[in-house]
Amino acid sequence: MIAKEKFRVCPDTGFKVFDTTEKLIKINAVVAVVFLAVGGLFGLLVALTRWPAVHLLPADLFYLVLTAHGADVLLFWIVFFEVAVLYFAGSVLLNVRLAAPRWAWAAFILMLVGAVMANVAVLQGESSVMFTSYVPMRAAPHFYLGLILFAVGALVAMFVFFGTLVIAKEEKTYEGSVPLVTFGAIVAAIIAVYTIASGAIILIPTLLWSLDLVADIDSVMYKLVWWGMGHSSQQINMATQVSIWYCIAAMVLGAKPLSEKVSRGAFLLYIVFLQLASAHHLLVEPGISSEWKVFNTSYALYLAVLGSMIHGMSIPGAVECAQRRRGFNEGMFGWLRKAPWGNPAFSGMALSVVLFGILGGITGVVLGAEQLNIIMHNTLYVPGHFHGTVVAGTTLAFMAITYLVVPLIFRREIIWPKVAQWQPYLFGLGVTGISLFMMGAGTLGVSRRHWDMAFTDAPLNFDVPPAAFLMMGLNGISAVIASIGGIMFILVIVGTILFGKKRGEDACRTNPVILPGGGATVMAAGSEGTLKLPGTIALVSVFFAAFVLYYFVNWKYLSEVWPLS
Amino acid sequence: MALTPPENPHWWREPLHRMEIGWITIAFLWGLFMFGVMVYWHINGEQNLSNEAYRVNPDVYGEKVEAFAEKYTVRTEGKTEIPVVKPPPGSDIYMLGRLWEWWPILELQKDQTYRLHLSSMDWQHGFSLQPTNINLQVHPKYEMVVTLKPTKSGEFGVVCNEFCGIGHHTMLGKIYVVDK
Repeated sequence: MIAKEKFRVCPDTGFKVFDTTEKLIKINAVVAVVFLAVGGLFGLLVALTRWPAVHLLPADLFYLVLTAHGADVLLFWIVFFEVAVLYFAGSVLLNVRLAAPRWAWAAFILMLVGAVMANVAVLQGESSVMFTSYVPMRAAPHFYLGLILFAVGALVAMFVFFGTLVIAKEEKTYEGSVPLVTFGAIVAAIIAVYTIASGAIILIPTLLWSLDLVADIDSVMYKLVWWGMGHSSQQINMATQVSIWYCIAAMVLGAKPLSEKVSRGAFLLYIVFLQLASAHHLLVEPGISSEWKVFNTSYALYLAVLGSMIHGMSIPGAVECAQRRRGFNEGMFGWLRKAPWGNPAFSGMALSVVLFGILGGITGVVLGAEQLNIIMHNTLYVPGHFHGTVVAGTTLAFMAITYLVVPLIFRREIIWPKVAQWQPYLFGLGVTGISLFMMGAGTLGVSRRHWDMAFTDAPLNFDVPPAAFLMMGLNGISAVIASIGGIMFILVIVGTILFGKKRGEDACRTNPVILPGGGATVMAAGSEGTLKLPGTIALVSVFFAAFVLYYFVNWKYLSEVWPLS
Repeated sequence: MALTPPENPHWWREPLHRMEIGWITIAFLWGLFMFGVMVYWHINGEQNLSNEAYRVNPDVYGEKVEAFAEKYTVRTEGKTEIPVVKPPPGSDIYMLGRLWEWWPILELQKDQTYRLHLSSMDWQHGFSLQPTNINLQVHPKYEMVVTLKPTKSGEFGVVCNEFCGIGHHTMLGKIYVVDK
């Protein structure tokens, strides 16, 4: 059966948008945003409880809400959105119909059922085991089952994406190599396959154990394999978010990567080395040798970090190149001053790059150094770090591209453009505070996942330094700011989808959301070449200096701790 | 607007810009250096975790800790009368984690070395010694041995920093360090 699939040609970008693709992108993106809203609300409740002066929730609700927060934002929001991005990068960018749309719908339904089931399990109160659900603590069986169904659904979606690539290749809907953005999405999908496999390998026996069908699960082995899912899935985010950075730079500024070879090579480093990051969670664990820890925690000589550092140069470099080509040539940073800071897609992307690199990236490397982990493990430093990566990096990047997806795919004009304009800044500011103050409190020894830093009900007493209480108050205020930014995002996006003015055929001239020709830049495989880029050199130099300084400061801290051997 | 074909289908043959080669080299060397620092610290640094760990039955471990506490208890403390145990310098010392306490309280001498054994009787716990900020993961069925030397005297809290259920935030232990 060769059914002619219906499609429209996007008046803004010139891409063919197939009906089924469009529907699936919409539904996955909408559900993602719903989970962001729910999970974000849970996050606010967590922060307000940890704000000592407010201490909002009782202990049992706090641990319940914290479990739900982790699952909803770290897993469900991000993966639903990633599926939408994959369908976009496969079907739209390659001008091809989506493979096996029925399977794509099945994937969506499985994921939704799984996500709802896990939420129900948590809200029933018998599964407040934290998102990580470390054995031998036990959750209700349908908590694990929900996660498994969700993972299987996501896996099916990955194969729909791979199938779409095969069809595009067979039907020659593109010439030469796939675009860089699609390449990045392929990398994300490959990582997703082994990530989800790790999840299945550990969660299926854990489900059986929760039903008393398996006698015992080794707690160290559980962590090793669980983090093969838990950490590697953050690398799916990485690959997706870097693709989005390239995509936004191309659409908004017509930016091309400095060198296709370098950018693609950096992506390949992710595939090969990122899964070693499971070790980051086992650095102070018994029964694992130092040799294993040192080699794996460094991603084999930091080769995956190398990949990120390359993108960290390539993205600002591409932006600088594009801006200079457009005539913004004044001085070292004229290109940066004249960048479209009022466009939330651009500002969100730029903030995501900077905050991810500094708050998330540098601290991640420090946290992952074997011995430095001794002074940070399970303190609030850890969530401080990953709110820098997953919230300031991934979530902000996903929000930024939503400002393009909504006009281009949903064909609606953004309502309240002023609110949209300020949203990335407010959210970015809030998340920066969350990240910094949690890391500050962690450095002072405050535990993560802990209801009462004053130890009021403990039989013994211990006084946390007063500065730590201040940090947690500031963290609460930052969470409120971030929540306002999050609510603004949800209001603008949901409001636009429901009530926004239809985007007309000629809107690409009267109200362009992307630079004319920007769509073609995303599609094409081609390098920017060799302009002089003094601004980018200055920016990466500052980044590198901060990295080196912060790295040594932490070794200094460690050297003051009681000797251990 | 047309869909342009790839500008250079042979992108992998393009030469690299000097700046790119420079940055990749710096980033790669920095990675090698950071790897080297971890190895160097194992040789010359003073804060490293040993690789010493044993499989242990929680009941057997519990008996060992009780025997240890009985031998060296000097007084009891708190509402629950937790023993304060003062072992001789250089000896093997024991602490266990269980829902929801670290047991027993230890009293150590400043600048003396001890072999600290840690394990859990039930779920995972986090041994977080504050304010010096040493954090170790404690598993059931694994007995971890760490050699440590307190360099400051005073009262130190052992916070549990691995979530262990509803009483998690009441799980607190103590280590006293006294001058000789």
